[in-house]
Amino acid sequence: MEILTALLVVAAVGLLAGILLAVASHFFAVPENETAKKVRECLPGANCGACGFAGCDSYAEAVAEGKAEANLCIPGGPDVAGQLSDVLGVEVSVGPAKVAYVNCSGDCSANAQKVAYDGVQSCKAAAMLYGGPFSCKFGCIGLGDCVAECPVGAISVKDDLARIDPKICIACGKCVKTCPKGVISLVGEDVVVAVTCSNKEKGAVARKHCMNACLGCKKCEKTCQHDAIKVVDNLAVIDYDKCEDCGECAKVCPTGRLKIVDMKNGVIG
Amino acid sequence: MNMEMVKTLIIIIMSSVLVDNYVLSRFLGICPFLGVSKKVNQSVGMGVSVIFVMLVATAVTWPIQAYILNPLKMGYMQTIVFILVIAALVQFIEIFLKKFIPALHKSLGVYLPLITTNCAVLGVTINNITDYGVEDSNAFLFSMVSSLGCGLGFLFAMVLFSGMRSRIEESDVPESFKGLPVTLVAASFISMAFFGFAGIVENLLA
Repeated sequence: MEILTALLVVAAVGLLAGILLAVASHFFAVPENETAKKVRECLPGANCGACGFAGCDSYAEAVAEGKAEANLCIPGGPDVAGQLSDVLGVEVSVGPAKVAYVNCSGDCSANAQKVAYDGVQSCKAAAMLYGGPFSCKFGCIGLGDCVAECPVGAISVKDDLARIDPKICIACGKCVKTCPKGVISLVGEDVVVAVTCSNKEKGAVARKHCMNACLGCKKCEKTCQHDAIKVVDNLAVIDYDKCEDCGECAKVCPTGRLKIVDMKNGVIG
Repeated sequence: MNMEMVKTLIIIIMSSVLVDNYVLSRFLGICPFLGVSKKVNQSVGMGVSVIFVMLVATAVTWPIQAYILNPLKMGYMQTIVFILVIAALVQFIEIFLKKFIPALHKSLGVYLPLITTNCAVLGVTINNITDYGVEDSNAFLFSMVSSLGCGLGFLFAMVLFSGMRSRIEESDVPESFKGLPVTLVAASFISMAFFGFAGIVENLLA
């Protein structure tokens, strides 16, 4: 008899709780934003944060509420933007697809080590100690902070120099933000010439520090027919808006710091 | 309320925060203690949610014990009924907050499902009944204050430990101790330190 009371009481409590929850979920239901749901379905779901939001979910909410532009998803590129424009019923414009590129070619054969660094194996820590273990204080340190940050595993370090596989890269820009030396930049997927140095020292000094340094000789600047390449602070800088992809500058560069690249096929110079 | 009463309440709070800390002395609620203590702000969020749920759970389970289980002589069903009630209650609170206080839901929301059947919450409700009973006229008040103290103790332990963990993250830990092992060792140190509080609370206001 006792067991029956126990059963009944527990069943009654359970039933009450169940009814309470059912009623509550019916009356207190919060209508979910349908648009946000649809937008979220279009997004890749990598939660990389390249859009500037905490993840795909919060970006979808922001887009649905009209607080954010629909073209901010960099990994998704034109595909996702197109789908979003269908969902939202508005035109969404995107630039060309981008990839991250390491503007440094100071591997261990070219860049002299000034100290033997044996501290915490992180670029950030190494950079704080006299600007890093290499004599060039502008270049890649090669301890792989970017490798750890990359959500898709596109970066590898070889001979103390980070290399990004443009075919895997989703251009989320996390490595750009994390690199203490700022040698990584986002460039268009269709660029033909890339600068592989970040050293802003004068020619002779730069050369002394790294065999693969840009000398700032301005040969490229004189050769360029389209006014697209300029030497700023002893370092060649390409204005890709003006560049006509002729590749003449790369041919005349005496140190070979201007490289012909083909990002789509994984050629990074 | 007389002085004697206030004294008792203060002693209840102090002893449940320091001496009988649920995490560090009774080893209940270890799961969120290790899981959500990586960052200070997360551990604060979790701690506040636990205080909230402990208070509400005690407020609901005490009457159930007093007016349903005890009259029917069904004290032995305590655990099962309490789990059932607490789980349903937390779910209800989540739905309720989502509708009426979205801001609070956003800050507590992620932690509420984690606490649904947390052993610390269940432990508090059951211990309150064992410690203070249901007959005494002050039992309900004592139970509520004790839940508040236990929640504060949980918050205290979480914040303390998350600070410690952020120091561990930055230090050079031997390869074989990296991750959970060093965390558990650190937890045991804090726990041992808390045993030093045993015996001081009784004489706190003497």
